[in-house]
Amino acid sequence: MKDVSRDKLVMEDQAAGLFRVNRRAFTDPEIFELERHRIFENCWIYAGHETEVPNPGDFRTRRLANRPIIIARGDDNIVRVLLNTCTHRGTMVCRERFGNARTFQCPYHAWTFNVRGDLIGVPGQDAYSPAFDRKELALGRPPRTDSYRGFVFVNFNPSAPDLSDYLGGTKEYLDLVCDQSEAGMKVSDGLQAYSIRANWKLLVENSYDGYHGLPTHQRYFSFLAETGIDVKSGIMPHRQKALDLGNGHGVIEYVGTWGRPVAHWVSAFGELAKGHIEEKYRRLVERFGEERAERIAQTSRNLVIFPNLVINDIMSITIRSFYPVTHDYMEVNAWNFAPADESEEDCARRLDNFLTFLGPGGFATPDDVEMLESCQRGFVNREVEWSDISRGMKRERPAITDESQMRAFWRRWNQLMTAPQMRRARKAA
Amino acid sequence: MDPIADKREQVVTRAEIEDFLYGEAALLDEWRLQEWLELLTDDATYQVPPTDLPDADARNTLFIIADDALRIRSRVRQLLGKSAWAENPRSRTRRMISNVRVLGCDNGNVRVTANFVVYRMRYELTDTYVGRYEYTLTRIDGKLKIRQRKAILDLEALRPHGKVSFIL
Repeated sequence: MKDVSRDKLVMEDQAAGLFRVNRRAFTDPEIFELERHRIFENCWIYAGHETEVPNPGDFRTRRLANRPIIIARGDDNIVRVLLNTCTHRGTMVCRERFGNARTFQCPYHAWTFNVRGDLIGVPGQDAYSPAFDRKELALGRPPRTDSYRGFVFVNFNPSAPDLSDYLGGTKEYLDLVCDQSEAGMKVSDGLQAYSIRANWKLLVENSYDGYHGLPTHQRYFSFLAETGIDVKSGIMPHRQKALDLGNGHGVIEYVGTWGRPVAHWVSAFGELAKGHIEEKYRRLVERFGEERAERIAQTSRNLVIFPNLVINDIMSITIRSFYPVTHDYMEVNAWNFAPADESEEDCARRLDNFLTFLGPGGFATPDDVEMLESCQRGFVNREVEWSDISRGMKRERPAITDESQMRAFWRRWNQLMTAPQMRRARKAA
Repeated sequence: MDPIADKREQVVTRAEIEDFLYGEAALLDEWRLQEWLELLTDDATYQVPPTDLPDADARNTLFIIADDALRIRSRVRQLLGKSAWAENPRSRTRRMISNVRVLGCDNGNVRVTANFVVYRMRYELTDTYVGRYEYTLTRIDGKLKIRQRKAILDLEALRPHGKVSFIL
């Protein structure tokens, strides 16, 4: 296999204010193969939220970095990520999408595991030699698992930095999302499982791209205008932030024109909701003071946690995680994230607000999907070698319509992809 | 009020329902969306539940689509405009409706279910949407109208479909 780690795919000229990415980063299957190790086996990858498995015995199965896994809360209340493959001869031991269980029994030879992943039952164990040790045959685990405010991440590199260090400056933004509710936040029921015929990195760029708002989402803004919102008020420049948060993470923060369940009322929410939302704002002020309350309630934020986790706290809050199946096809999962103690009315309003924009049936996401698929089709013109990601490079204070947050991603991507061959430390015993 | 004539008005046959559904399918496949809107009551709803929880309630579960009458009308306006990029240029669609059953009539509402296969052709790729419709129909001035329209996908995920940007 060709060594593509020496290819110059990211070109940066600070003096001239130019930043270019070679489109082979999106189209070359060998680059994609290298990413599977360099990126997805060296970074913290989102597995799920602890609130998706609220009770002991709760489990969900899904794919994480293409691997079938189980996320399960043990009887000891600890949430674990288990590799869904029998340690005997490989069968997936958990065949349900979700549920509650005390054991996972492999259908093939009936080896039985508890919800912590320990091997607790082997039919005819007397047939094995004394060397057979159940303790060595627990369900596999990623070398590292950790969580922050309920967001569970795994890392396939045992010597990766701690999650907290890795998350770094993103924690400020995760806190702004999670502090919205005194009772904590939770992932709602209902998964939006879809796909995009495009390279996964296009969705990273799109998720915090301020520049595409008006042209791509014209019809969403015309819908907002229909509901009585003044969309021409625009986004106040002094309230904008576009930041490189280190480690490849990035965020844009701004005041959008849409309503926010916590806590910015618009007429589309209805008159009855007005006092209620204002009460939520007052409670934020009591808890955090005027400045932080205003920031939580009025500003929207689009956060990318390198490499493939997006948390957009906009007209509702979505957690969006995606993984490349091939260089030109990704699978996306998206959830609604909400206060754990929301009333039925608030919940319905939030979900409704979510669907006006977000998701494969919304008034905005499908147009993003269309744009990204169009890019991937356009890339076949390989004579056009480079994408330009220079916007705002010479600015002191980049705007959200600039591309500085994407440059942060690409620099980190480039660093990982071109690093001299990294050694993997032996898995800790 | 003629009780016998009224009773006759209430009777609904599978043939009439099938004609109605086939007519609706033709309007949607032909992108005659203004005429399709005229099939809806003023308080109509259009829902596409999530693929993992097809029986869920849109008030507490994240759906793919949960439009009230205002949103349906906005959706049609958007689709007939120029800036709904996901449907500009428009997908070609072809709906196959079958297994039409009348589930019951109560209080002037007729509950109907039918199977669907909707083919979407776009950029020379064909994606197939499979599922079941649940309609609540009612008669207004003798004509059948749609009060509730739900398209329950049998797909386990919108893969590789990616979106539901046309009226499913």
